[in-house]
Amino acid sequence: MKFRDLYQEAIIGLTANKMRSILTMLGIIIGIGSVITMISVGNGAKDQITSSIESIGSNLIAVSPGFQRNTSPVSSGRGGAQTLTTKDAEAIAAEVSHIDAVAPTVSKRYQVIYKSQNTNTQVIGTTDAYAMVRNMEMESGSFITNQTVGSSARVAVIGPTTRDDLFGEGGSAIGQTIKINKIGFKVIGVTASKGGSGFMNQDDMIYIPLSTMQQVLSGDSYVSNISVKADEEKNMAQAQSEITALLLSRHNISDVASADFSVANQSDIVAAASAVTNTFTMLLASIASISLLVGGIGIMNMMLTTVSERTREIGLRKSVGAKPRDISLQFLSESIILTFLGGILGVIFGIILAFIISNFAGIATKITLSSILLAFSVSALIGTIFGYYPSKRAAKLNPIEALRYQ
Amino acid sequence: MIEVKNLFKKYGDGSAEAAVLKNISFKINKGEFVSVVGPSGSGKSTLMNILGALDAPSGGQYFLDNQDISQLPEEDLAEIRKHKIGFVFQSFNLLPRTTVFRNVMLPLIYSDARVEERDEKTKQALAAVGLEEDRWFHLSNELSGGQMQRVAIARALVNNPAIILADEPTGNLDTKTGELAIGTLQKLHKQGHTIVLITHDLGIASRAERIISIKDGEIESDRKKSV
Repeated sequence: MKFRDLYQEAIIGLTANKMRSILTMLGIIIGIGSVITMISVGNGAKDQITSSIESIGSNLIAVSPGFQRNTSPVSSGRGGAQTLTTKDAEAIAAEVSHIDAVAPTVSKRYQVIYKSQNTNTQVIGTTDAYAMVRNMEMESGSFITNQTVGSSARVAVIGPTTRDDLFGEGGSAIGQTIKINKIGFKVIGVTASKGGSGFMNQDDMIYIPLSTMQQVLSGDSYVSNISVKADEEKNMAQAQSEITALLLSRHNISDVASADFSVANQSDIVAAASAVTNTFTMLLASIASISLLVGGIGIMNMMLTTVSERTREIGLRKSVGAKPRDISLQFLSESIILTFLGGILGVIFGIILAFIISNFAGIATKITLSSILLAFSVSALIGTIFGYYPSKRAAKLNPIEALRYQ
Repeated sequence: MIEVKNLFKKYGDGSAEAAVLKNISFKINKGEFVSVVGPSGSGKSTLMNILGALDAPSGGQYFLDNQDISQLPEEDLAEIRKHKIGFVFQSFNLLPRTTVFRNVMLPLIYSDARVEERDEKTKQALAAVGLEEDRWFHLSNELSGGQMQRVAIARALVNNPAIILADEPTGNLDTKTGELAIGTLQKLHKQGHTIVLITHDLGIASRAERIISIKDGEIESDRKKSV
């Protein structure tokens, strides 16, 4: 039997009962469409999380204070302790190899006032190295410099969101004086928007010189975080272990387990976040594939009905010389065409749905070629699996009985 | 051309065994128009199934074109049906929602014939049964009963079979259209086709030039009409 005949016979068979074919195909369309959409939501989330982690900076190692020990029976919690100082940061910059920049930071939330506007935001005291470590870019003005740190100048660099809150959308802020915790600071720059919020909004921040922060606002020499930028990704692990060793010796701690600080590597965070979003994607896809399975059962149901309805036709085909193989191929190709067509429409449906979700619900989605290919092969596979049994049943019919069937 | 020797067919086993055909022997030459007549239950349908290579006999031999096909497996029987046998059924058995042309062509799509050759043979078969050309691309379910049966005859003819088996071809037709169908078969006979007509109706059977009468699985009489 020629391929063209097989195709034509299958199309005639499918169009003989259009409504039933369309409804059955709808099951596959919805199944494939939801798998595509769900994978796109998962991939979108993964992309968003990864890019928001990477927007913090690249090759980043973060040193945070650990538990404060031996002072009180009550733990203040990881990160809340005051164990890191400016001197630790200076030692890291001087002694650890493979690093580009070290930026100690002190951060705390304060009420910030400009004229009648006020907001509560994160104020970060840091050095000029911060711009390099965090890949900061300026929208206007300049970042904190060595001189402003040296002179403990009362200057501030603000994020675009903070600028919008205090000065109105796109308002001019440079040269104005804002009050942080009732102390006046002159705005010298506005950072460029980084977008990609995620864990914290990097656009809603105020940066001031570290020395000013410590002298005027926090009143001590502790830092809440030391951000280190390694020169290359492959050197991150080494830099990380050198930092750990250095800080252990500076803090007179012999055992790593009782360290009063923690050193986190950015790629570890990305890997952990990716693992979470991959699981999330798998979960979404497996829920969606249940509907695909139901669609496949719909195909089988329809094919069984078709075979019993067309028993006489099968008898006739056998009487004119069709072999069992010809009969099974015909019914198998009907179910494969149905699922393949359903697969194509399902992919289109899924892409449209993903588009609607990202545009109207604001959830990031990302359609990948691999998910489309997966959907196609799954739908063809479903056509084969669920069409196989009915087509075998058709092929096995006895021609004499089939011709007599009413 | 066709020869059956001591054909025997039984259904069931042991005590439930029922012999439907007993010791049937006859010979049909090329170009003959034979009718097999008998009341229902006489075994004529079983005989037709065997002659049509749809069923295998329990015993005896069946020579079609000098080849004994009585013991062939299912696959080979399909091959025999494809090339040597054309069926005309009482209820036409046309594919609905399919054009007349494609219905007639159906046996050829299971063969290796080239597309142009198929089209040519289909046209010839349709012309041979005298179906008006403007009907060829109508859907089969838009035709009248008489037209449907002529389409079915064309389909039986299309692979140029050694034998055309017509099973009660007039059973679903009124007298007038039934006459048309028989007339078509007679015309094909005159063109040299071998036709076996199976019926319970003696009036219809007498239109053939030879009548084999069957009763209780045995040949009651086999007589030729003097032409």
